[in-house]
Amino acid sequence: MQQLTEIVQQALNAIEGAADLKVLDEIRVDYLGKKGKITDLMKLMATLSAEEKPAFGQKVNEAKKQVQQVLSQRIDALKASELEEKLKAEQIDVTLPGRRLENGGLHPVTRTIERIESFFGELGFSVKHGPEVEDGYHNFDALNIPEHHPARADHDTFYFNPEVVLRTQTSGVQIRTMEVEQPPLRIISPGRVYRNDYDMTHTPMFHQVEGLLVDENVSFAQLKGILHDFLRNFFEEDLEIRFRPSYFPFTEPSAEVDVKGKNGWLEVLGCGMVHPNVLRGVGIDPEKYSGFAFGMGVERLTMLRYGVTDLRSFFENDLRFLKQFK
Amino acid sequence: MKFSESWLREWVNPAISREELAQQITMAGLEVDGVEGVAGEFTGVVIGEVVECGQHPDADKLRVTKVNVGGEELLDIVCGAPNCRQGLKVCVAVVGAVLPGNFKIKKAKLRGQPSNGMLCSYGELGIDIESDGIIELPADAPLGTDVREYLQLDDAIIDVDLTANRADCLGMVGLAREVGVLNRATVTAPIWDAVTASHDETFGVNVKAPDGCPRYLSRVINKVDVTATTPEWMVEKLRRSGIRSIDPVVDITNYVLIEFGQPMHAFDKANLHGSLQVRLGDGEEKLTLLDGNEITVPADTLVVADDNGPLALAGIFGGEHSGVNTETKDIVLECAFFAPLAIMGKARKLGLHTDSSHRFERGVDPELQHKVMDRASRLVLDICGGEAGPVVEVKADEYLPQAVDITLRRVKLDKLLGHHVPDSDVAEILERLGFAVNVTAEGWQVTTATYRFDMAIEEDLIEEVARIYGYNNIPDTAPVASLNMSQHRESDIKLAKVRSMLVARGFQEAVTYSFVDPKLQNLVHPEQAAMVLPNPISSEMSAMRLSLFTGLLTSVGYNQARQQSRVRLFETGLRFVPDGDAPMGVRQEPMLAAVIAGPQSDEHWALESKTVDFFDLKGDLEAIIGLTLSDAEFSFKAASHSALHPGQCAEITRNDQVIGVIGAVHPALEKPFGLNGKTIVFELSLNALLHASLPEAKPVSRFPANRRDIAVVVDETVQAGDILSMIKKVGGNQLVGLNLFDVYRGQGVVEGKKSLAIALTLQDNARTLEEKEIAATVETVVSALKTEFNASLRD
Repeated sequence: MQQLTEIVQQALNAIEGAADLKVLDEIRVDYLGKKGKITDLMKLMATLSAEEKPAFGQKVNEAKKQVQQVLSQRIDALKASELEEKLKAEQIDVTLPGRRLENGGLHPVTRTIERIESFFGELGFSVKHGPEVEDGYHNFDALNIPEHHPARADHDTFYFNPEVVLRTQTSGVQIRTMEVEQPPLRIISPGRVYRNDYDMTHTPMFHQVEGLLVDENVSFAQLKGILHDFLRNFFEEDLEIRFRPSYFPFTEPSAEVDVKGKNGWLEVLGCGMVHPNVLRGVGIDPEKYSGFAFGMGVERLTMLRYGVTDLRSFFENDLRFLKQFK
Repeated sequence: MKFSESWLREWVNPAISREELAQQITMAGLEVDGVEGVAGEFTGVVIGEVVECGQHPDADKLRVTKVNVGGEELLDIVCGAPNCRQGLKVCVAVVGAVLPGNFKIKKAKLRGQPSNGMLCSYGELGIDIESDGIIELPADAPLGTDVREYLQLDDAIIDVDLTANRADCLGMVGLAREVGVLNRATVTAPIWDAVTASHDETFGVNVKAPDGCPRYLSRVINKVDVTATTPEWMVEKLRRSGIRSIDPVVDITNYVLIEFGQPMHAFDKANLHGSLQVRLGDGEEKLTLLDGNEITVPADTLVVADDNGPLALAGIFGGEHSGVNTETKDIVLECAFFAPLAIMGKARKLGLHTDSSHRFERGVDPELQHKVMDRASRLVLDICGGEAGPVVEVKADEYLPQAVDITLRRVKLDKLLGHHVPDSDVAEILERLGFAVNVTAEGWQVTTATYRFDMAIEEDLIEEVARIYGYNNIPDTAPVASLNMSQHRESDIKLAKVRSMLVARGFQEAVTYSFVDPKLQNLVHPEQAAMVLPNPISSEMSAMRLSLFTGLLTSVGYNQARQQSRVRLFETGLRFVPDGDAPMGVRQEPMLAAVIAGPQSDEHWALESKTVDFFDLKGDLEAIIGLTLSDAEFSFKAASHSALHPGQCAEITRNDQVIGVIGAVHPALEKPFGLNGKTIVFELSLNALLHASLPEAKPVSRFPANRRDIAVVVDETVQAGDILSMIKKVGGNQLVGLNLFDVYRGQGVVEGKKSLAIALTLQDNARTLEEKEIAATVETVVSALKTEFNASLRD
């Protein structure tokens, strides 16, 4: 028995002193293995009497268990500290930049057009597109602007020949839509338009969004309502707005809409009730139907919304400008 | 149109401030573009007389003066103006005066001489008149009087931007009428003593084009002194209307032009031969205009002519030969109504735009000519003297515009405005505008006025009612419409989705001009002709784009010249391809194009820095194609394009239809576009791209997939795409995955050949595949590749 106690003590000391899992495994083999020192003690059983055997066996088993337990604990402890070491070694600088694919961005003009489309889309306006090289009929005549009308001269039109122009307004899409569809109609038409004018406040190409609603009982009060709602949504601010009488050959009554900015009133769109000549021209009875139309300058709205100061920057495509719109 | 506020207030003077007046007419539809004081802010400037004027002892250019400002003592003032001289009436800023810019006048010494004040120039008083020295006032200017009062400087020039329909406001008479309506204020027209003829000489007029000239008045005034001085009040009123004084006769015609909006013309009687005719040009006659330019009178353009030929372009521009000059003694005044249709477009076609054509083409009141002829005659007699003959009128009533009768229905008014304007307001507004109004059961019967050319239909009256009532007094309401769901197709790919995918992949959207530099475009599309603008902004913006490449490449160069080396741009928009069969001779096709240049990614601590190549952009393009769920419909075939590298260019096809092109920009184009190294572009048709297949779900196999890798060695000329197509074709249904994962050249592979490593994934939906089936499929593939491409397996 003396011997057992010593062996156990030796084993425990060895476990205590073991520095790594490999040594521990050697200790296990040494004491608990098939030929281990504690296992070997079992061989002494043969030398014992029948009465002594159970007690001796029990003691050896207990010793085995004890060593096994301490060994396991020690293994767990070593594994834990090894893991800890490993994790420590794997520490990273989490502040280093990630492998990011830098986002691009929409052109600010597109961003504005998409917003406008979503506002009016919600009200059931569908988006229509039309040609940019346009015939004089759709750009002028059908809009109640006959040849030599002084309003034509105001358009600074790019002519290819007397019959073919670069469209000066998106209003022609109204006509193209009404030619093939019957009321009720709710459309908006965004796109490029062209005027032969280039200075600080004009570029020869810019964008407009045209809107048209034709139905029974469409009124000027409703035009005011929808545009007021639009501007409130667009600027997310209840800016002061005024409707100022104006003149477009294709609407009657006509108005321009100004919003009050820091430096006074700024014109942001033109609108009016569709002129009966325009409706009749596309075969819609102006006694039964009425409609309103509006057209807005996308660059102007975008400048006001985002604080862009130079109109020309929209078409320079300078990445340092564009990247501000992500 | 520019006008002087105080002139307007002579006609109508509502008790409102300058700012309120400007705001009010703006809100009536006569948009005020600017309000500018006629002089700067100043005080303490009075009229004085230079009593003595001597040379400054120590300064060549200065004069020492004594000035009488009506006070007890003469003022010592040193003056540097060359026109300073004894006896001159001048504007004197006395000590204590404050001039524009808060410039205070104090006692001073100039080179040792005392100076107690300053003699002022127009510029120093903030008056926009060019002159070289100090202001010279008339000899009768009263000493000591405040200059602001004497020169009526508490006035402003108001600039209204009139819309094309409001010709009636191109004169004080119309502006005053409008202001009167808005303020319910009385309008007082000027009065004068009517001119009676003192002799009976007339100049015969023969109107051969009565439709273009329904009314023509003429009057002979003999013995006119054209050297007389135009009175200061007229010069100043004209100046404040933006018109320079020329000679008294011209000034008078300009004055009535501004006063009544009626253009007039004065001929030198001595230069008229035979009788006057108003007729169309014959297409060959020459005429030298007042500005000295000679034109050929077009056949559709109205002229005033005498027996020798055209004297003036009727209603547009006078001729040099028949105009009033310093030698003129007798004049013939013309005051006519030329019909808008006879003038519209004619001046512009000749590159002319005059105050006269501007008014006639928009419409001058056809009832005004007698009044204005009398007004002008009176002014001529008063200013230049002379003897007036009787007025001769030639008119054709059938061509004179008449006031229009329009029915305004209450129902229509309410319906169109969406608001009820009370009966009394409606009638009052229309009457104040000068229309005759009769109440009827349905609404109103209105006779408009001859000066309102813009009144033709019921809607015009509705606008007038709304305009004067105030647009902003009409409430906002919400439109009411039936909720019809519009048609939506899932297979339509929204352009916004493509855009947002490109944005997520790091592309910035560009918008370039639709017209480009033809020289640059010719480098990109040398064999294609573009539409060219006959009158472009500049030659660099004159050719309609044949593709989006020219604009995008220009943008790449622009950015790379500004330290932006990594460029990823895309654009959507129309290209314009001339095509005789297309409407208007051009196919306008919506395209999507993209360009990349510079490093693949921004410099990064954990990423290798590589320059972009063909496959970077092809990957982006494949991602877009992936949106269609129809990848198999697309293929890339080696092709050539004038702008692209001959060995790095592919056409993109969908269902064997070419829909676009991708490639590296040809090195020869790098310099002209300012490109800094390798640049890759693609362009494809949006119409061809933007439709997708719908997802079709298939059951997921419960049995394991088996991967087998093969490496085949083929000639360099064999295209990987063909190999993959062949494998797909012979691989059978169990081939569920195919991936080319390596391309190898070098040791172990003969030069001129390449090794392609391809992973085949085989799987069956109903059972686990057996090894021999798998081997059989692989064998089928390998032997097909051997037959078709002379491929061998790499050891």
